[in-house]
Amino acid sequence: MPDKKVIVRVKRRQRPDEPVRWEEYELRYRPHMNVITCLRDIAERPVTRDGRESSPVSYEANCLEEVCGACAMIINGQPRQACSALVDNLDQPIRIEPLTKFPLVRDLVVDRSKMFEDLKLTKCWIPIDGTYDIGEGPRMSPSTQETGYPLARCITCGNCLEICPKVNEHTQFVGAAIVSQVRLFNMHPTGKLHAAERLDALMGPGGIEDCDNAQNCVKVCPKGIPLTESLASVNGQVIRHALKTWLMGRE
Amino acid sequence: MKQPKIIIVGGGLAGLMATIRVAEMGVPVDLFSIVPVKRSHSVCAQGGINAAKNLKGEGDSTWKHFDDTIYGGDFLANQVLVKNMCELAPAIIDLLDRMGVMFNRTPEGLLDFRRFGGTLYNRTAFAGATTGQQLLYALDEQVRFHESLDRVKKFEGWTFLSAVLDDAGVARGICAMNLRTTEIRTFPADAVIFCTGGIGAIFGHSTNSVVCTGSAQSALFQQGACYANGEFIQVHPTAIPGEDKCRLMSESARGEGGRVWVPKNPGDTRRVKDIPENERFYFLEEWYPKYGNLVPRDVATRAIHKVVFEMKMGLPGTPAVYLDVSHIPRDVLDRKLEGILEIYQKFVGTDPHEEPMKVFPAMHYTMGGLWVDNEQQSTNLPGIYAAGECEYQYHGANRLGANSLLSCIYGGMVAGPSAVRYARNLEKGCDSVSSEVFDRERVRQQDITDGLLHQQGTENPITIWRELGEVMTENVTVIRYNANLKRALDRLGELSERYKKINLQDRTQWSNQTLNFARELGNMLVLAQVIALGALERNETRGAHYKPEFPERDDANWLKTTIARYNEGKISLEYQPVDTSLIPLRERKYTAAV
Repeated sequence: MPDKKVIVRVKRRQRPDEPVRWEEYELRYRPHMNVITCLRDIAERPVTRDGRESSPVSYEANCLEEVCGACAMIINGQPRQACSALVDNLDQPIRIEPLTKFPLVRDLVVDRSKMFEDLKLTKCWIPIDGTYDIGEGPRMSPSTQETGYPLARCITCGNCLEICPKVNEHTQFVGAAIVSQVRLFNMHPTGKLHAAERLDALMGPGGIEDCDNAQNCVKVCPKGIPLTESLASVNGQVIRHALKTWLMGRE
Repeated sequence: MKQPKIIIVGGGLAGLMATIRVAEMGVPVDLFSIVPVKRSHSVCAQGGINAAKNLKGEGDSTWKHFDDTIYGGDFLANQVLVKNMCELAPAIIDLLDRMGVMFNRTPEGLLDFRRFGGTLYNRTAFAGATTGQQLLYALDEQVRFHESLDRVKKFEGWTFLSAVLDDAGVARGICAMNLRTTEIRTFPADAVIFCTGGIGAIFGHSTNSVVCTGSAQSALFQQGACYANGEFIQVHPTAIPGEDKCRLMSESARGEGGRVWVPKNPGDTRRVKDIPENERFYFLEEWYPKYGNLVPRDVATRAIHKVVFEMKMGLPGTPAVYLDVSHIPRDVLDRKLEGILEIYQKFVGTDPHEEPMKVFPAMHYTMGGLWVDNEQQSTNLPGIYAAGECEYQYHGANRLGANSLLSCIYGGMVAGPSAVRYARNLEKGCDSVSSEVFDRERVRQQDITDGLLHQQGTENPITIWRELGEVMTENVTVIRYNANLKRALDRLGELSERYKKINLQDRTQWSNQTLNFARELGNMLVLAQVIALGALERNETRGAHYKPEFPERDDANWLKTTIARYNEGKISLEYQPVDTSLIPLRERKYTAAV
């Protein structure tokens, strides 16, 4: 019996300004293969299905267990993590493309630094006085923890931005991931002392108003984060904050 | 002198903690990382972080934590340092809590703790089963705060190539390559802290992330840094074997009541759920009644090997045993272990709530690493510091679960201020060093890169890497025989020769991942030899280092730290005494209470 094969099509561009080319590869099937193993197989023998010598595909990957966020790409039309995309569950030929909402670097590598910059703009951290020993942190109810922890598992993969119709060249919308982080920090006992600063950051262009409630984000989140709840919660906070600022002036 | 300048290489837990400490002292930091720091390997740590807060009324103490750590490490760790770490651990947990880590809570709103391997106390604070991720994120957020105040400048997407050493051998900065543009540049600094993590890639398939190649440590080693206890490699008992990596199933699964077993009848064809309790062989509970499933990792790993390979009682068709949490109530699993059970379900396809998981040991951690001195985290190269998994100092011959996050953070807390003190006391800062020193190193590194890009060879770097992993996993992990270790060293020699003939299938100079991988591979091959040689020479059994030909711990001859040095292409070993000033040596066995 001949070996079972895996057929993979990769959308490639060596540089952002070069034309796109699709390459098709035929790989030897093994149980439990994922898209990362496919890309590694190509790297070891970068010869296309029609026998042309090519080069290894550039891609980002690190933890390979869907907790670092690095390997987001579009696989068979869906933005998702390549490590958890198992060949057994994918229709062939498997089509692999880079995310489109971020600047392309090469092949499947894109530059997602905007997300980290937006975490900075929205002040997504807990201000502490210093790292010296000043005793315990604030008490927290188990229910607060159980609400906060799922939000804290966001891996900044960018899939929710990729699928969002309002993340495009005409807006600066920060996207659901960032809004959800604002919700997380605003619910923390210390973080909420500075909630106003984060809400201010979400009031201007690119802020929460850009969300038009398409609700695609929550469907592609690999961590199952309740992003639409976060968007609704922060939207409410921003409205109350705006009203309060309007009525009472800035504190 | 003017304000010193500190470079930190590596943005995992240790690197970020060191960054925060230095920034807090008002000293500017350049932080280098291959990946955006939020994607560092620390995210993979699952189960928790140890601190004897004694919030469960068990009479736990930092001394007991210290004793468990020394005993778990089979007395190879220098004791004073471990004691200092354990004493600071409760304050470290408080700090992380203040930074907003979503630790699990008790009904009173306090931190919850669970039990981990090698201890009888509930000493492990945790955030679900993604504690490393949660800790890394908290530190990442603090660093982002400092970055917003321009105290920290990040160089993400740069890989470290070498240290810049002046004529006196003093570190004056680093040479690094931009992974996108392949530009090679030098960066001056008065002190450099290395927090470059693990070395899993040397073993091919491990639980480590892709970036954990040990390349930076190896590069420093080849520049004269000493490498200590390289032969001590932790093989984690419970991982899901995989084509691309072995995915860890945290010890916390057992901490929450998970049980390891195989059917008593190896040919049992019934469905798992139909095998009655009395026909299951809970071998860890039977062999180690006091610690049961929570024996240290080296002990559990050897037990699984014995069951699978010697007793031929592994699961049908696959070298594996069951890790069973299906008897634990669903709501407990969801609150405390969701992260890892989700990994199992996604990557294997069966639901661990319902069916036992199939697991097998996998390379997980290096206890060995860059040699650092007693109190400062400084290497033997002046101006170079190290913290986290890339250094050797806290875990002896075997690391206890949930001590790695602690040692990373503690090491970073010490290394940051140490480096600043050193830099402030320098008579001559890096700005007064001749530019020739920097140019020399840059040219040397550019030549290596150009050589790789232009040479026309016949060998594929990924093929060599795969063979390296096979040699190391087969001969230098759980069970070690001298004849096999010698053969492994011969094979490593052959691979190093073949490496000289590699051919890059990508010669472009834009985001060329093959080039970077080829550079790392050269360094992996050197470090692999350090590990295998250390294992060959050490004729005893201690912690994770198990030699059936020498089955006992031999304190008379081998209670000492292995120190590897590199001289003109040759690796030599020497030995240093171990500090055992606080806890007297005793036999290590987990069959009964200590």
